Amino acid sequence: MIEIQNLQKSFGEFRAVDGVSFSVKPGEVLGFLGPNGAGKSTTMRMITGFLTPTGGAVRIAGVDVNVDPISAKKRIGYLPEGAPLYSDMTPRTLLEFIAEAREIPSAERASRIEKIAAKVNITGVLDQQIETLSKGYKRRVGLAQAIIHDPEILILDEPTDGLDPNQKHEVRQLIQEMSKDKVIILSTHILEEVEAVCTRAIIITQGKVVFDGTPSELKGRSPSGRLDDVFREITTGTAPVTA
Amino acid sequence: MKSTITILKRELRAYFATPVAYVFIVIFLLLTGILTFYMGGFFEREQADLAPFFFFHPWLYLILIPAISMRLWAEERKTGTIELLLTLPFSTGQAVLGKFLAAWAFTGIALLATTPIWLTVNLLGDPDNGVIFAAYIGSLLMAGGYLAIGSCISAMTNNQVIAFVVSLVTCMLFILAGLPAVLDFFTGWAPQAVIDTVSSFSFMTHFNSIAKGVIDLRDVIFFGSLIGCFLLANTLILDAKKGE
Repeated sequence: MIEIQNLQKSFGEFRAVDGVSFSVKPGEVLGFLGPNGAGKSTTMRMITGFLTPTGGAVRIAGVDVNVDPISAKKRIGYLPEGAPLYSDMTPRTLLEFIAEAREIPSAERASRIEKIAAKVNITGVLDQQIETLSKGYKRRVGLAQAIIHDPEILILDEPTDGLDPNQKHEVRQLIQEMSKDKVIILSTHILEEVEAVCTRAIIITQGKVVFDGTPSELKGRSPSGRLDDVFREITTGTAPVTA
Repeated sequence: MKSTITILKRELRAYFATPVAYVFIVIFLLLTGILTFYMGGFFEREQADLAPFFFFHPWLYLILIPAISMRLWAEERKTGTIELLLTLPFSTGQAVLGKFLAAWAFTGIALLATTPIWLTVNLLGDPDNGVIFAAYIGSLLMAGGYLAIGSCISAMTNNQVIAFVVSLVTCMLFILAGLPAVLDFFTGWAPQAVIDTVSSFSFMTHFNSIAKGVIDLRDVIFFGSLIGCFLLANTLILDAKKGE
């Protein structure tokens, strides 16, 4: 479904993404891990067609995102980093706009918005200005706009950032529910999250893939059995601290 | 086209969702009123036309239009919503056009709010309504020119203050291009063709000729191609800088 080949992105002299290759099939939930500035968001921005790669290619269902960005964008639902939203709108007017842009027939829009709002638990704040919402609500409105058109591919940049433990749990459940027939790529800093929802983990550091495997394989690498230790070892090259 | 209209609708709605629209329209009406009646000597002239009203439009737009256009892209870039907007299934060009058309429609609404002055002059005398209509068209075209410049400059930065100041200065160049003070700078050393080219870029020249009541195709093409060029540049700049 998604094939990424030798993807590169430079900003001036700086190589943010340096030859990343992997492919993802429907049913997979891919956790994207790495230290801050490793190139996770930049890679996601190239998959969604927001950034143009310096080299390499992203193919979605066989179509190069750069050659036909619009048909690729139609298949994707995207939650950008920090869940940016138009703060002067209400969740309802924002979702109406997204639904229209996503070509959901006008007769279906209202019921679709109600359904999605119930799914991500924002029904109570649908008509409140986004500016006044808490961080957790904003994140969930961002999630709602990403899934409103039931996309085949879901790209979520730190979907649980800023949520309390209960909300994190709900969002993880939601991701698992949707994972059956979709391709889901999510980035996170929380290592338990990878264990909880991902079928596969990729660690990138300094723009390169340094690990690609299942969460249990990742865990198996550490003598202590702690993900934190493996993560530190892989991304910094230092030996794990074993108690 | 459909996606352009979707964006246009969202943008236009956003103007009226905040006090921006109301503040702008009130200030615009206040300033046109003051300029027309006090500085333009609307009554003292004892002529049934709107020349003192339209005379100030290029200067009024110089301040007010950059205030609208500064936020067009700078704000999207600052808040990150540009990433939301440009990952929806439409092209950068469609987004640029949609946002521009919304801003243009909004200035059209502000301009429409000045029509009581048109009624007033009809009550007081017997003006040439054809000329007034042409001047309204000319004013709207000129507003479009200012907006396209402002939108393009707004895409270059994520700072709205910079966008405002740079747009104001750039628009000022387009006004001043027709004034003798600027043309004198070129006379003496530059060939006549250069001087003619510079003066042909002046908003004043084109607006004044339409405001006299003649909608000359050349003036319409001038504003149309100026808008087209700046929106194209806007799209290219946005594609190059959106990731920063």
